[in-house]
Amino acid sequence: MQLLAALFSGLIFGIGLIISGMTDPSKVIGFLDFTGKWDPSLVFVMGGAILVGIFAFRFTATHTRTILGEPIKLSTSQHIDRRLVFGGLTFGVGWGLAGYCPGPALVSLLTDSSKPLIFTIAMLVGMAIFEIQIRSSQSKKSKFHNESYL
Amino acid sequence: MLHEKTIMIDWTNFTPWPSFAGGLLIGSATAIFLLFNGKVAGISGIVGGLFKLTYGDVAWRVAFVLGLLIAPLVYGLVVPLPLVQIDADTVSLIVAGLLVGIGTRYGSGCTSGHGVCGLSRFSPRSLVATVSFIMAGFITVYIVRHLIG
Repeated sequence: MQLLAALFSGLIFGIGLIISGMTDPSKVIGFLDFTGKWDPSLVFVMGGAILVGIFAFRFTATHTRTILGEPIKLSTSQHIDRRLVFGGLTFGVGWGLAGYCPGPALVSLLTDSSKPLIFTIAMLVGMAIFEIQIRSSQSKKSKFHNESYL
Repeated sequence: MLHEKTIMIDWTNFTPWPSFAGGLLIGSATAIFLLFNGKVAGISGIVGGLFKLTYGDVAWRVAFVLGLLIAPLVYGLVVPLPLVQIDADTVSLIVAGLLVGIGTRYGSGCTSGHGVCGLSRFSPRSLVATVSFIMAGFITVYIVRHLIG
């Protein structure tokens, strides 16, 4: 049942990305082209998503378990550090270069262009690099910082 | 330099209603995932977590990603997929992919995890992350399109 819900959620998420225009990199770059001819459509994507999201996350204020009775696991980290900001900035540069963030790239994978595939493979390599780096720094000794990794 | 003129809206490509409708669907997917799976629908976290190779923590991630992958196929059964335009060349795509992969994992989230879920939870952490990646996106496109291009 949980797997079915995850599959269905991914499907609805993907269809939402297609309808919203997020799977078109030129549209995403049109939003990021703030100093040129600016297409503010993505503000409406985020607005619509957050509008529903607020109600959904309200549920977690009064419930500790899901509808299926499993515990709800959400990040409780409040830590604003360099890692968060530099990570965000790094992601933003990549987002601006290609016009893809992770979701739209995955949704575009099974369409006829090879470009989303090239991007996605590089993205997965980037994620693997992170994992290897984190593991080696953890095994070396985590005396410098012991943050929680999401 | 960035503020020398007023904002020019690209009215021909502006799609407030489809974008808002798509956003409502994205929010609904987030709600389903939260209420049934008890987790934040952050795509970079779901995908990146696969590399941890933790036993019993793989199937739900694969199921969600599978849903994303089949979305255009299901969509295409009803109406033709919208045309897209990808201007980036192979080198840019590779560099961008690496930066997105590394950046989203270091920053603990992407557009979905921080931008949608985090902001829906009024998380200050996610607000800082979202402002960071949108600003970096603005500056990158400014450099690529208006300084170099």
